[in-house]
Amino acid sequence: MAEVLVYVDHVDGAVRKPTLELLTLARRVGEPVAVALGAGAADTAAALAEHGAVKVLTHDAAEYADYLVVPKVDALQAAVAAVSPAAVLVPSSAEGKEIAARLALRIGSGIITDAVDLEAGDEGPVATQSVFAASFTTKSRVSKGTPVITVKPNSAAVEAAPAAGAVEALDVTFSAQATGTKVTGRTPRESTGRPELTEAAIVVSGGRGVNGAENFALIESLADSLGAAVGASRAAVDAGWYPHTNQVGQTGKSVSPQLYIASGISGAIQHRAGMQTSKTIVAINKDAEAPIFDLVDYGVVGDLFDVVPQLTEEIKVRKG
Amino acid sequence: MSLRIVVTVKYVPDATGDRHFADDLTVDRDDVDGLLSELDEYAVEQALQIAEDADDAEITVLTVGPEDAKDALRKALSMGADKAIHVEDDDLHGTDAIGTSLVLAKAIEKAGYDLVISGMASTDGTMGVVPALLAERLGVPQVTLLSEVSVEDGVVKGRRDGDAASEQLQASLPAVVSVTDQSGEARYPSFKGIMAAKKKPVQSWDLSDLDLEAEEVGLEGAWTAVDSAAARPARTAGTIVKDEGEGGKQLAEFLAGQKFI
Ligand SMILES: Cc1cc2nc3c(=O)[nH]c(=O)nc-3n(C[C@H](O)[C@H](O)[C@H](O)COP(=O)(O)OP(=O)(O)OC[C@H]3O[C@@H](n4cnc5c(N)ncnc54)[C@H](O)[C@@H]3O)c2cc1C
Ligand SMILES: Nc1ncnc2c1ncn2[C@@H]1O[C@H](COP(=O)(O)O)[C@@H](O)[C@H]1O
Repeated sequence: MAEVLVYVDHVDGAVRKPTLELLTLARRVGEPVAVALGAGAADTAAALAEHGAVKVLTHDAAEYADYLVVPKVDALQAAVAAVSPAAVLVPSSAEGKEIAARLALRIGSGIITDAVDLEAGDEGPVATQSVFAASFTTKSRVSKGTPVITVKPNSAAVEAAPAAGAVEALDVTFSAQATGTKVTGRTPRESTGRPELTEAAIVVSGGRGVNGAENFALIESLADSLGAAVGASRAAVDAGWYPHTNQVGQTGKSVSPQLYIASGISGAIQHRAGMQTSKTIVAINKDAEAPIFDLVDYGVVGDLFDVVPQLTEEIKVRKG
Repeated sequence: MSLRIVVTVKYVPDATGDRHFADDLTVDRDDVDGLLSELDEYAVEQALQIAEDADDAEITVLTVGPEDAKDALRKALSMGADKAIHVEDDDLHGTDAIGTSLVLAKAIEKAGYDLVISGMASTDGTMGVVPALLAERLGVPQVTLLSEVSVEDGVVKGRRDGDAASEQLQASLPAVVSVTDQSGEARYPSFKGIMAAKKKPVQSWDLSDLDLEAEEVGLEGAWTAVDSAAARPARTAGTIVKDEGEGGKQLAEFLAGQKFI
């Protein structure tokens, strides 16, 4: 069976959930061979094996942390040369897309970004994409070369599928471009203890209606009662009430959770672009005409300062 | 020596319009009004600020697109860019990101550059890959997705706010930069700027000017193929209740029914 390369997104050896989802999709198209780079690369093997990786190609060098993007492209290109895969799958993060694009160009292949599903087809993998702020669903293929496809988080279920996961060292020679862009400083994002926004099963978001940074505590309490991640509209982020890393929408994160709760968010097209594929959508807004209500499974027309605390209280009571 | 900045700008269908696909599954550009992609306004803005801080700089705005794409160039010129290049050719219809990066790279090389500035993503395709592809093709450093950028003594520096960390980046010119919508509000064209833009030069190039063949671009030259496009079924109308004191409890009841609690 053909091998499929899966680029591993990990933090010091801890594999992030979207990579495990990629392994599920990869198994529909071939045998997953994972590529893990940088500090802790070899520590990823156990988790990857448990989810279907037959092999884990690893390489560590200072370049991966010290320079932007290109060293990883060099390594992935080396992996493609070593394996001759039927496809290359990369998580759809900002960096993942850049790595994938440069790789595709180098190996003379087409690229599809932000797939939300993947199936085997007669002419290679078929990717489903959600476009124009999720108002259309397209099916696309790469028609030249080895398909390079980036896949959004929450596009497939994580499945256990034990495989060998044999660790092999990858041979990488860095290109002249590898050291072009130096990372001169890095401030890790502080952990909030809440789930990762793009990976969370439930997202609770606040918008302009929250009316102040201090009021975001209401949104956070609701999120915590559900074990959810916290999101924000751009209006709330631009006002400085919540960090940009939590922005949901076209220029923020794209989320696709089981449940999305929008409070004080009108539902502008750019916001919808980032949440419209959520399975269940709930909104609280005092304006019955707000466009967000066109999307909801359940909506409450009311003041969020009344509804949200009552909801949080009721959830706590029910959960005991 | 003058700092030559090329800003790549895309002309896109208005996101608030009813965007859809044409029969050949390319983006329909006829039924929805087009405009300069809002995310490229940030690129123009940063170019203007970098130019203001430099002793001597010249900003060229570059677009690859249909005839109407001139509107996007005009807008960028009215914001303050110095001149414009429009790559226009019937054979470009249906070009994918890889192809677009080829045409842009050829045009950038022909124009001459020290710094290329792009937006973080186009508001129609939203791939966010063209800047990385340009860096790969031009063989220069990629300094992308910056929320802060400065250029001094032939070095570009910037801050990239990633998922896991915020990084400080640095590279020597020539380089390709892309900026996010966190990089600073884009200015509105002034009346003076709009008047001045009318007199600024706009060059038109076609594929032969760039030594490119029709087969390398367009729908035929694309390395990806769209097999189908379907409107997402409208969401079935949900339940909407008015809060009369029990709204939060009613919502909790709904969530419990859906097994979220
Ligand atoms: C290129 C571009 C990219 C963009 N990218 C994004 C993006 O990534 N994400 C994003 O979110 N936006 C984005 N936007 C902005 C977008 O167009 C909207 O401006 C933004 O989403 C509005 O945020 P909001 O819904 O919080 O604010 P508003 O539209 O002002 O809505 C606030 C809502 O809160 C309600 N409200 C007020 N008080 C209360 C209360 N006490 N109780 C209940 N409800 C209340 C109001 O009725 C209103 O509906 C982008 C715009 C552009 C041009
Ligand atoms: N046809 C085009 N003409 C000029 N610039 C473009 C074009 N397409 C993309 N770009 C540039 O590349 C950036 C990213 O686009 P994309 O990769 O398509 O999301 C945009 O913000 C523009 O700066």
